[in-house]
Amino acid sequence: MIETSDLTKRYGPFTAVDGISFKVEPGQVLGFLGPNGAGKSTTMKMIAGFLAPTAGSAKVCGYDVESQPIEAKRALGYLPEGAPSYGEMTPRSFLEFVADLRGLVGERRKQRIDDVIGRLQLDAVLAQPIDTLSKGFKRRVGLAQAILHDPPALILDEPTDGLDPNQKHEVRGLINAMSAEKIIVISTHILEEVHAVCTRAVIIAGGRLLADSTPAELEARSRYHGAVSLIAVNTGAAREALARVADIDSIEIDPQDHRITAIPKKGRAIFVPISEALKNQGVEVSQLQLEAGRLDEVFRTITQPHATEGRA
Amino acid sequence: MNPVRTVFRRELASYFATPVAYVFIVIFLILAGALTFYYGEFYERGRADLQPFFGFHPWLYLFLVPAIAMRLWAEERKSGTIELLLTLPITMWQAVFAKFLAAWAFVGIALALTFPIWITVNYLGDPDNGVIVASYLGSLLMAGAFLAIGSCLSAATRNQVVAFILTVVICFLLLMAGFPLVLGFFQSFLPQGVVDAIAGLSLFTHFQAISKGVIDLRDLIYFALTIAAWLYATAIVIDLKKAD
Repeated sequence: MIETSDLTKRYGPFTAVDGISFKVEPGQVLGFLGPNGAGKSTTMKMIAGFLAPTAGSAKVCGYDVESQPIEAKRALGYLPEGAPSYGEMTPRSFLEFVADLRGLVGERRKQRIDDVIGRLQLDAVLAQPIDTLSKGFKRRVGLAQAILHDPPALILDEPTDGLDPNQKHEVRGLINAMSAEKIIVISTHILEEVHAVCTRAVIIAGGRLLADSTPAELEARSRYHGAVSLIAVNTGAAREALARVADIDSIEIDPQDHRITAIPKKGRAIFVPISEALKNQGVEVSQLQLEAGRLDEVFRTITQPHATEGRA
Repeated sequence: MNPVRTVFRRELASYFATPVAYVFIVIFLILAGALTFYYGEFYERGRADLQPFFGFHPWLYLFLVPAIAMRLWAEERKSGTIELLLTLPITMWQAVFAKFLAAWAFVGIALALTFPIWITVNYLGDPDNGVIVASYLGSLLMAGAFLAIGSCLSAATRNQVVAFILTVVICFLLLMAGFPLVLGFFQSFLPQGVVDAIAGLSLFTHFQAISKGVIDLRDLIYFALTIAAWLYATAIVIDLKKAD
């Protein structure tokens, strides 16, 4: 379990993290969302034992990061922001170095190193200095280092930042594969990632925890939750048909692809009435779908009021 | 494996991963040789000892050791690996000590490679080898003190050039504090006790004492304390500056 209670970090008069409390259980993947400078990384650095909290506490698998730092660090795999590693080393020597510091010996050391090399497909670059590797490989070396000792808890600060779509997909697959038995906290500002890997999401802005729920619940907060979007052959006819549906609050039309989005009045379902109205009027549609809600819109609504409080 | 040993090995290997280490050693050996033979009048003075050789070490170290020390922590901070290192199961003290020890071992290797001059002086005459061993020890201890100072100042900045210059300045002050010129100046208006204290602070005074062949416990304690104090300061500075 990763647990923080009232975790706070102040730099002089500036409060970077302001009383954040949450708990993550095994099997959960917690996504940390928030604008840049919201305090995501600072929170993660405190849990990882790099920065000392000004107030409050953090525990990793029952070990307090301040009073039992070594035990807490042993239980945790940590990928710092930007996936730093020693550039002059090769991935193999770097992983061996981390394995030694992690106290892995003998057969298990060899087996763990081989395992992460296989999982992150590092075979091709094992003997090249890390400095000469592409961004994607550097990130994978950082991830390999984090999961090398098969830790019960993982903290990954922007694990997919700078990766191409294929690599992102692979890393997400890796996280999903590990998620069943581990406690995983990832930070990201890519909202699609929340859907892809997280079972739970917290939104942080201005150092404060503003929302803590499942991605689906967050989406339900969107005004697009339950909205119906469609692309009609004849936009005008479709609009006329929609005008007959009572529970529609407003209609938006995308100026580029003429996609029509009908937003329902609060708590009303409009998919069935709309599809019937279209059928009755004989309007031809090429696409018709029910929206779950838009995370980016929820994200903006929640974090925007705090945008001005950011770091100077 | 012990974390100190693991980090020590990685660090020492990293010196030799780039040509910089070899360039450093070559420059050190050439300068040490040239200064001894040309300015130290090694042959002309007609005495079989290594006094001219060791006499230049404080000045050689003044520029070469800060060049080694400047990268110790500044580079870790700049590349972000400090976050990686300090979130691995290793204590701050172990990390500070291991990195210092690796740098010290590197300077030790460079110093050990000056052995031909020892052979030369034994070939030419009949020197007191006890004094030479003591001088080597004194030289190594002085390099250690310089490195500890450099380690602390390297932790204070992510800019290696700033770390280098600050280290040179502080080492220079600590050397000069033991020179008759400086002490004479202080003597003109300070009581003898204070002047002795200033001289006692100087790296130069203690290095001179050991290189005369007298290994006094007080000199050893001085170097041990100097190194320990600056390494302690290193850990404090790292803690303070981690957030930047």
